[in-house]
Amino acid sequence: MMLDHLLLLAIGVPLAVAALIFCGTPKRHSVKLAYLGFGLPALIALFAWVSFPENLGDRYAYLASYDTGLGALGIKLTLGLNGISLPMFVLAGVVGLAAGLYAIQSGAERLKIYLALLLVMHSGLMGMFASVDVFFLYFFHELALIPTFIMVGIWGGRDRNYAAMKMTIYLTLGAMLSLIGLIAVYVQSDAGSFSLIELRQTIQTAPFSITVQKYGFGLLMFGFGILVSLWPFHTWAPLGYGAAPSSAAMLHAGVLKKFGLYGLIQVALPLLPLGALHWSGWLTVLALGNILVVGFVTMAQRDLKQVISYGSVMHMGYAFLGVACVSTIGAGGAILMMLAHGLSVALSFLLATSIHHRTQTFDLNEMGGLAQKAPVLAAYFVAATMATIGLPGMANFWGELTIFVAVWKFSPWAAVGAVCGVLITAIFALRATAKVFFGPQSEALAKSSTFIPVVDLRWSERVPALILLAMLLLVGFWPKSLSTHLNGTLEAIYPAVESQLAAVAQK
Amino acid sequence: MNLDLLQAAAAKNNWGAILPELLLGLLALFLLILEILLPKKRHGAIPAIAILGQIAILVGTLGNLRSGCLGTETFGGLLQHDMHGQFMRVFFLITSVLVSILGVPSLAKQQVPRVEFFHIVIVVTGAMMLLVQSHHFVMLFVALETVTIGFYILVSYFRSNPLSLEAGLKYLVMGALSSSLLLFGIVFLYGVVGNPELSLPGAASSAMDFTSIRQFLEAHPDNFLAKVGIVLVLAGIAFKIGAVPFQIWIPDVYQGAPTPVTALLAVGSKAAGFAVLLVLTGVFAPYRTLVVPVLSVMAGATILFGNLAALTQYNVKRLIGLSGVSHAGYLLVGVVAAYHDPMAVGAVYFYLLVYLIASFAVFGVMTYVCGENDADQELEHYADLAKANPFLAVVLAIGLGSLAGIPPLAGFIGKLLVFVAAYHAGLYVLLGIAIVGVVISIYYYFGWIKAAVFPFWSGKRAAEGVSQASPRLQVGFLFKLVLGGLTIATVILGVYQGGLILWLAGR
Repeated sequence: MMLDHLLLLAIGVPLAVAALIFCGTPKRHSVKLAYLGFGLPALIALFAWVSFPENLGDRYAYLASYDTGLGALGIKLTLGLNGISLPMFVLAGVVGLAAGLYAIQSGAERLKIYLALLLVMHSGLMGMFASVDVFFLYFFHELALIPTFIMVGIWGGRDRNYAAMKMTIYLTLGAMLSLIGLIAVYVQSDAGSFSLIELRQTIQTAPFSITVQKYGFGLLMFGFGILVSLWPFHTWAPLGYGAAPSSAAMLHAGVLKKFGLYGLIQVALPLLPLGALHWSGWLTVLALGNILVVGFVTMAQRDLKQVISYGSVMHMGYAFLGVACVSTIGAGGAILMMLAHGLSVALSFLLATSIHHRTQTFDLNEMGGLAQKAPVLAAYFVAATMATIGLPGMANFWGELTIFVAVWKFSPWAAVGAVCGVLITAIFALRATAKVFFGPQSEALAKSSTFIPVVDLRWSERVPALILLAMLLLVGFWPKSLSTHLNGTLEAIYPAVESQLAAVAQK
Repeated sequence: MNLDLLQAAAAKNNWGAILPELLLGLLALFLLILEILLPKKRHGAIPAIAILGQIAILVGTLGNLRSGCLGTETFGGLLQHDMHGQFMRVFFLITSVLVSILGVPSLAKQQVPRVEFFHIVIVVTGAMMLLVQSHHFVMLFVALETVTIGFYILVSYFRSNPLSLEAGLKYLVMGALSSSLLLFGIVFLYGVVGNPELSLPGAASSAMDFTSIRQFLEAHPDNFLAKVGIVLVLAGIAFKIGAVPFQIWIPDVYQGAPTPVTALLAVGSKAAGFAVLLVLTGVFAPYRTLVVPVLSVMAGATILFGNLAALTQYNVKRLIGLSGVSHAGYLLVGVVAAYHDPMAVGAVYFYLLVYLIASFAVFGVMTYVCGENDADQELEHYADLAKANPFLAVVLAIGLGSLAGIPPLAGFIGKLLVFVAAYHAGLYVLLGIAIVGVVISIYYYFGWIKAAVFPFWSGKRAAEGVSQASPRLQVGFLFKLVLGGLTIATVILGVYQGGLILWLAGR
């Protein structure tokens, strides 16, 4: 009984808790309820992972369907997980839990509303990756997006008004473009349904015409691309993350932003493979723009939060490259990369805020020598840096490696560019670590610590960081636990892609 | 029409078919009688009686939705009753109840007579209900004039305010112009359809009846005079809905009119225009090669003009007026699409419904925030609303979010339905314009939310030495209930629509 509605529970509980908090639950109970709202989805995600059935093929696990009144348009709230959405669902659960725990201890002003908004966002994130229906995929994405704007606007730091406005406009543009793309897919297929299951069945017998594929994929590529900060549409991201409160930045950069890429891999590539092939040259160039141009920009940053923000924009380039390969291995690599990157960037944002609490600044030139005062924080940050660079043993390694292999097959030149990115990452990440933690103690730190002694990472901060780090290591040492499911689904879905491509190649 | 015919018609008249309108008329008269009979200190009860009476009629109409006269013509073909007519009846009754409720706090701030306001609102409502059910140009024109004359008075109701008087004068001049255009068009059609001198075969004896006009137009698909008539009639309706190039009166009249009247203009008058337009596009269907381009150009221009003009506004009444122009544009897209896709009709009606709910939430907040000068409502008056009254701030944010079309609010579903219909109809250019419009609209809707919710001006105000303690706005319990109900309806209709959409599409 409960199992039938497992995924609905993961979406509904945070939303219900948020509603209760909005309706005026006292603060003490609100925090307790918030633990439930953040914890339960994570437990459900882990349960779904552990008990995920083998050899699923192109089917979905935990499938459940609810009619909300748009049935006439072929829209039904259909929830389910396949090998592609499972890693992302787990990511959403884990990062959501970490961000929630970090928010509870943050002592933000008007904590109740802050937690409620985070819970709404969390609910949207869980729903986004659990949706089989393309309409609800979009719907839940927007549900998660709206609280982000509000949180940036109210709890944000420097430039929050400008940042919130810019984010809103850019992301609305991206969302509208992708909405039209999704409507195009819906109308042009004869399935009369937004459900991915039915759409896939329909295109097996009647694929989209080449024109539809070209402009459909174009709309989705740019629409989703703006949402994922594809170069040169990325300028909202560093600004927004710079201003966003830490938990919102963790959830947005870690999970929400992955929506666009997930949409490309789950929806656009399998349905519009010829369109993807048509655009893959463009996508490669733009993705290299992310890696190289934004990479150099990252190296020039002098602000810790900006380094992390630009770095996260840059790393999206790898995932785009994986998509541009239009192959099973490229898409699989992109998903692994997104999972790993989501965990590591959330960890970085979390630790950056903790550093800020101790140094009162993000400016790298004013920092130094923090490791003497806070060795545990330093250890965590070094681990996060290793993950960002993609050292073996961390989840990021597998994602990047798979993508490089796929890109090498697809275009060796692009692979060379991508590998340069690793070098760039190593430079900016290691330099930031060195500036913050090592070298002589900075004057600013010495001055501020005379008033308030610098304490090491507290347990309330350590627990969320530990959750993220443990997950990074788990996937790093045992990638197979996710990749077999991922592979199973991709191999079931993508052969249709490759056969369409082969048919065109023969002509 | 000779006397015998009239007598026969009178004997056959089914007065029960217009029972709601008759009851409204009686209620309106009853209010005036009450004013004479009741002692002066008891006059406070009259608004309550007006509102309760309207609610009773609303409940009665709702209970009698599937009345026996559905699908029939009454009063010798003057009226035709169908399901959409029933829906619009309910729609206008809800509108008038809400306008009356808004009228109470708004009139309390002014030195003006009270009772006549409710009287005229009820008369106008009855006329609008007849207007959308009319099946004959004479009926249409008489009902429309009743509405318009009522508005002449209502717009300048705050007669001590020069801006209200100016608005009244402008509405009078523009209304007269539009009525004459409409009448001119009707005369052309009447002349062509009913004139035996033109010796066109198929000339009808009752040349103003929609059925005979349509039959005639089908028989003569390329008549120049009929084309002129159609364009003029459309122009007359375009005035009512505020479509470009007949939108010039909107900002001034909306600003000057009392806020509840602005709401009635924005929602009631516009909805009446669209219901009539949907009927007339059916009548003019044989000339769709003329109607479609005219309405398409209008729709595109209206979306762009409304959104661009709203960008520059600081007065919220002008802002909501111009944003209402853009909504008329989206609705026009739906009307054009209705020629190809029967779901588009349902989309337009659903859009109108969600527009009603969201608009009244916003207007409700406006009546509370505005001071004694009703025309002077600037964006900066909304600073710190979240602090002064968090409830109103939430209502405002959700209302505006729905107008902007942000999921998961009802406005998004309205836009989605229109977009899907437009895509079905192949209106790609209009879709592109609509997206641009939505993205622009985010800027000003979000700017308004920002002004109300984000702690933005507080620092500036403190610096200017303006007193921080903004007066805490008191909102009556019943009013809170109404606003809360509208807000919850906005959220629920965004997530769950039940059978509503299918019912509105007439399936």
